[in-house]
Amino acid sequence: MAGPEQWTEHFVNVIARASSQLPPDVVDALRRGRDAEAPDSLAQKALDSVLRNIEVAKGNWQPICQDTGTPLVWIHHPVGMSTRMLTSAFEEAVRRATGKQVLRPNAVDTLTDRNTGNGAAPGIPTVHCEEWDSDDVEVHLMLKGGGCENVGAQYTLPNPKLKADRDLEGVKRCILDAIHQAQGKGCAPGIIGACFGGDRGSGFLESKRQLLRPLPDRNPVAELDAMEQEIYEKANQLGIGPMGFGGKTTVLGVKVGYLGRLPASYFVSVSYMCWANRRSAARIQPSGEVTWLD
Amino acid sequence: MARLTLPCDEAAVRKLKVGDFVELSGRMITGRDAAHHWLMHGFREEVAPYMKNSVIYHVGPVVKKHEDGTYSFVAAGPTTSAREEPFQADVIGRYGLRGVIGKGGMFAKTLAGLKEHGAVYLHAVGGTAQVLAACVKKVEAVFQLKEFGVPEALWVIDVEDFPVVVTMDSHGGSLHAEVESASRKKLEELLGLGA
Repeated sequence: MAGPEQWTEHFVNVIARASSQLPPDVVDALRRGRDAEAPDSLAQKALDSVLRNIEVAKGNWQPICQDTGTPLVWIHHPVGMSTRMLTSAFEEAVRRATGKQVLRPNAVDTLTDRNTGNGAAPGIPTVHCEEWDSDDVEVHLMLKGGGCENVGAQYTLPNPKLKADRDLEGVKRCILDAIHQAQGKGCAPGIIGACFGGDRGSGFLESKRQLLRPLPDRNPVAELDAMEQEIYEKANQLGIGPMGFGGKTTVLGVKVGYLGRLPASYFVSVSYMCWANRRSAARIQPSGEVTWLD
Repeated sequence: MARLTLPCDEAAVRKLKVGDFVELSGRMITGRDAAHHWLMHGFREEVAPYMKNSVIYHVGPVVKKHEDGTYSFVAAGPTTSAREEPFQADVIGRYGLRGVIGKGGMFAKTLAGLKEHGAVYLHAVGGTAQVLAACVKKVEAVFQLKEFGVPEALWVIDVEDFPVVVTMDSHGGSLHAEVESASRKKLEELLGLGA
């Protein structure tokens, strides 16, 4: 089995790919959005610029966006593999990628208010390890920028202002309100990850995990699938458009999950991902062979 | 496509209207959260000449330092401007800025400041860090690098054909206010919420 250094190398590659190579499903959705906008509109020109940028970043293996975000990673590993080793190997990968300008020095020590310079600080990156029965390791990484993170929102139901009760209709109302509140500030057209139930922490985490789903992925739960489609349709009627310039393409996808809750609580947690939905996923065999999943 | 060479005069900026595409060339300065806080706590003589009649770009770039000590921008798209709303109008007035480049737009206080001082809000396309970094031809100087770190330092840069859209002008026009209001109406209609 590989040692920490080999894992760090694998993780640097996963980070470099996420930072520079936008997944094809996101590029396709942006192309469709571009074609749907009125010719020569601000919306269409913004998406032209976005598509050009994606190509340049891809060709040069350079960061798509200068805000290389918070690295959030989910690692599935075989029984018995050290999660401390994987976590520290990933942290080292973040420092190394930052040194190579694959990532921006993107971590501020909040107490001293100084940029740490190496991309790491308490809580950054966030690494989630989960044991599974395979001998392979599977890594799912997301780089989530600050602009879109700032427009995330959490609601408690009931919410009289939105006429939102503790039911699926109420959940839908909250998610649509969050999309409206975000306007273009999260770098629309965005992808919405949402979770109802859970506590304040677990709800937000699940809402982010939903963002790992590829855009064409349909929710296996029929009610949630219907909810995702309906919110997608309605959000794109709001007219916010790319960058908030006005237009038809406000969101590229909506993904909804749920968790159990206490009788007293009913949270709806909404995470907004910018169009630069930087995911990368790899399956790594014990031999070291890597299969890219995105 | 209008072109604007920086530094520029008030008359050039007053001509610009919401919806205009503009390509900027010349010298500008970058600054975001820490910079705006710093600019408001005292008058910063060392950066003032770079701000007068030019624009401030809300960006936290990825920057490469070369062996000869010079720098180049690797990735440099706009950051969200809304956070500078409390400071922006005062920074424009105090330093004589003619514009602000950012993303997401700003609000009433800044809009009033643009009108009063003769300045515009220029929207760059968020996330297009490679396209915009390619317009940065030279890094002339940097201030507060040690104190604020790479993303938050004030970088003086020379740009060529830097593409932006006027989304708030010096006559009270704001595309952001228009889109916010129209989309709110639509949301209320979709959710059956009466005003």
